[in-house]
Order: sequence, then structure tokens, then C-alpha cells
Amino acid sequence: MSGGHATVLHRPGDSPVHLLPPQVKLLAAFAAVLGVVATPREAFWAFGIDLLVVLAVWSVAGVPLGWFARRAVIETPFVLLAVVLPFVSGGPRMDVLGLAVSADGLLAGWNILAKGTLGVLIALTLAATTQPRDLVLGLQRLRAPGWFITIATLMLRYVDVIAGELRRMRIARISRGDDPRFLWQLGAAARGAGTLFLRSYERGERVHRAMLARGWAGHMPAGSAAPVGALRWVAGGSPALVIATVWAVAAWPG
Amino acid sequence: MTASVAMHLSDGVLDAPTSLLFGAIAAVWLTLAAARGRIDIDDRTAPLAGLLAAFLFAMQLLNFPVLPGVSGHLYGGALAAILLGPWVGSLCLSVVVVIQALLFADGGLTALGANVTNMALLGTAAGFVVALAARGVARRSRAGLLSVAFLAGLVSTVAASAGFVVEYAIGGQADVSLGGLAGVVIGVHAVIGIGEGVITALAVGAIARVRPDLIYLVRTSEARQPAAVAS
Repeated sequence: MSGGHATVLHRPGDSPVHLLPPQVKLLAAFAAVLGVVATPREAFWAFGIDLLVVLAVWSVAGVPLGWFARRAVIETPFVLLAVVLPFVSGGPRMDVLGLAVSADGLLAGWNILAKGTLGVLIALTLAATTQPRDLVLGLQRLRAPGWFITIATLMLRYVDVIAGELRRMRIARISRGDDPRFLWQLGAAARGAGTLFLRSYERGERVHRAMLARGWAGHMPAGSAAPVGALRWVAGGSPALVIATVWAVAAWPG
Repeated sequence: MTASVAMHLSDGVLDAPTSLLFGAIAAVWLTLAAARGRIDIDDRTAPLAGLLAAFLFAMQLLNFPVLPGVSGHLYGGALAAILLGPWVGSLCLSVVVVIQALLFADGGLTALGANVTNMALLGTAAGFVVALAARGVARRSRAGLLSVAFLAGLVSTVAASAGFVVEYAIGGQADVSLGGLAGVVIGVHAVIGIGEGVITALAVGAIARVRPDLIYLVRTSEARQPAAVAS
């Protein structure tokens, strides 16, 4: 029952990428991934340049290559789809290593593999260089709705507390003779989930009252944010700009 | 329980216009949910929703082995709908999905709209519609409540995966037979949905023993205000 996500991906640092305001990084990451996804799949060179851009950002951020490689495996389920597509797609067949595969399916598989991988790498770059709290702050400065900010802030603040409670409940169960195995653990785990919901609800009521007592008025304070100069927007947005240019060139008709 | 096969879509599975289309659909749907959700929860009580989102997040962290080498976790669409109602439930789950994409690169950034639509909106809505249709049964007896929760868990998982099939039909990249794709994806998720249904039912059953007043589905309308407001 160990969590797949137990450790947050953030890698503390003080590189220019780390220090960039979170709203700049968020917009740049979304724009970059959109540029990658919009690039025509036949433009193989374009994805090479995109990868170089990502590598350049990593070298500035000082995050080692292997760190990303280990974490990119989250994408694996979709690699499976990419491998299956050439065999199940329709259209003209072609021979690859003696196997008849669909040409269209092969391109589609490549498309998912290339864009999915670049997408994961860009998202990992964002996660590695930005603190969770700053991500929410960035969303707030990008005018995400108030309810979203409140829920996200409290969720991030308390998810470790509640996950810890879950761990303690499991240890308590085991120390009283439970032997969690295979499907039989489902019952205890699900009833534990019910208990956890009640504890979360009651904790939520207490937290809410404590917040009211301290002057909670319905929205999260945004903190004092110095306005971001045009130069930093350009610097932070430059990788996305390169990727967008690559897209424009690759998608240019004729 | 969810093997994340068709759940957290990655980038590149859908084309750019479809990704943007579902981003817009998710945004409109969430705005509606936020407006309707204010009946159950307002800005002042939103901290409670934050704790409940943390609960759903923690539940998704809980992996347990299904078969040797295969592990799954609860996805929670029907659980959220039954406990919190369709509006607050989908708001909490959408925060979970967005934060997972930003924090863990779980699901592509351009697929975020499609992922929120499938998991936070379609799954929760389908689970709630089923539960609402059978509310009479759920109120009558404990066995009724458990069966309704089981069915809602099953249907919500299948509905979320059906959302993927529709998205793939609109903006998928390869020319695969849609019938075949729908059969595989929905078939796999029907099996996964059984696990989701069992956990949903047992969890709801455990809550119904202690605090039935907290279960949105069977609460009476006068008791619908969160307890925090009453104080």
C-alpha cells in the first residue's frame, strides 16, 4: 500500500529556472506542451529540436538527466498503446523486420511516444523546479477561481497528514493481528477508508472553525507579489517560444 | 480500483484541437459545478472541501496489489458523488486531478481538460445519476445502500473510460476500429469497476453505521447544510 506518489518531485535549488515566478513557469509549460502536441507527427526533426530545448532547460536548472529518466516511467501505460497501434490500425500495410504493420498505425504510435515523452519531460521539469505551494500560488496569480485555490491549498497542506493517518491505521490493524494479503485486505482497507472519511470530515470542521477564529473571510491571501518584468516573461517563456516557432515552421503548408 | 490505462491520458493521444475543446468543456462544467455547489458549500466553508479533497487524494495514494505485479487504487468518483454530492464532489476531484498533473506529471498537461472531464466530471456525474435513480432503495435498507453504492462505483468507472473512447473518436491519432477500442477499454474498466464498486460500497457502509447524516445521498434536505455552518 506504499504510495506511488509518496515523494513530491520537487528538487530544491537556486537556479534561474527555480527562481522564475511560478505563473511564468506554468504558462510556459502549458504553451510548450501544446506546441509539441500541435506539431505534425511527420516532422521528425521538430521533435529533436524540442528535446534539445528541454535538455537546455535542464542544464540551466542543474537537474541531472538520470533523475528525469527514472521518473518518466510514469508514462509506461501509454507506451503500450503506442506499441499496439501499428498492429491494430487499418490502412496500407508495410513490412518492418518481416512483420506486416499498418503505416498509419506506426506513425500514430510514434506520435504518442514522441509527444507523450516530451510532455512528461516538460511536466517533470515544472514539478522539479517549483515547490507545490508555489504552483498553487502561480495558479492564483493566473486568476484561477477562488474555490480552486482554497481547496488546492488546504488539500496540499493536509494530504500528508491524512496519508499519515492512513499509515497509522494500517499499522494499528497489523499489530492487532490483521494480515493484509491479496483480495482479502480489500474489506479492511475499504472500511478504513470510511473511517478516514469521518476523521477527515471532523478535522475539516475543526480546521474551518480555527480558521474562522483567525479571521478567515473566504479567500486565500495572495501574498505580496512583485510585478514580473517583461524581461523575465521573455526569458522564462523563451523555451516555449522556440517550441512554438518549431511548430509554426513544421506546420507551415507547402 | 484503477490501473491508469485509460484514466490519466498522456500528451499526444489526442490532437491539439480536441485537447483544447475538452479543456473548454471542463472549464464550463466546473464553473457550473462551482455555482451549483454553493448551495452545499460556500467560500467560507470551502476549507472543509479542501480536507475532503485531501481525503480523496490520500485514497488515490493507497495502492494495493490486485494480482501479482498488478496494483490498483481507488479512483473515487462515485464515492465523492455519494458522500459529497455531484457538485462539491466533482470540484474536489478536479482539484485532485489538476494537482496530480502539475505535481507528479500524472497525465499530460494538454490532456488535462480531457482527464478532468473523464474522471472528475463524467465519472462523478454518472455515479450520482445512478445513485439518485436508486435513492429510494438506498434509503430503505443497509443492503440497499450497499448495492446502490456498488453499482454507482461500477458505472462511474465505466463512464470515465467511455469518455476516453468518445475523445479518441473525435481526436485520436490512429485509424483503429472504434468498436474494438470501445470493447477493450470499456471491458477492462468494467472489471476494474467491480473492485471500485466493492470498495465504494464497503466504505459507504462503514460511514452509514456511524454518521449516516454525513452521506449526501441519503441525507434529508433540511439536514443538507454542512455541520460547520450550523455552529
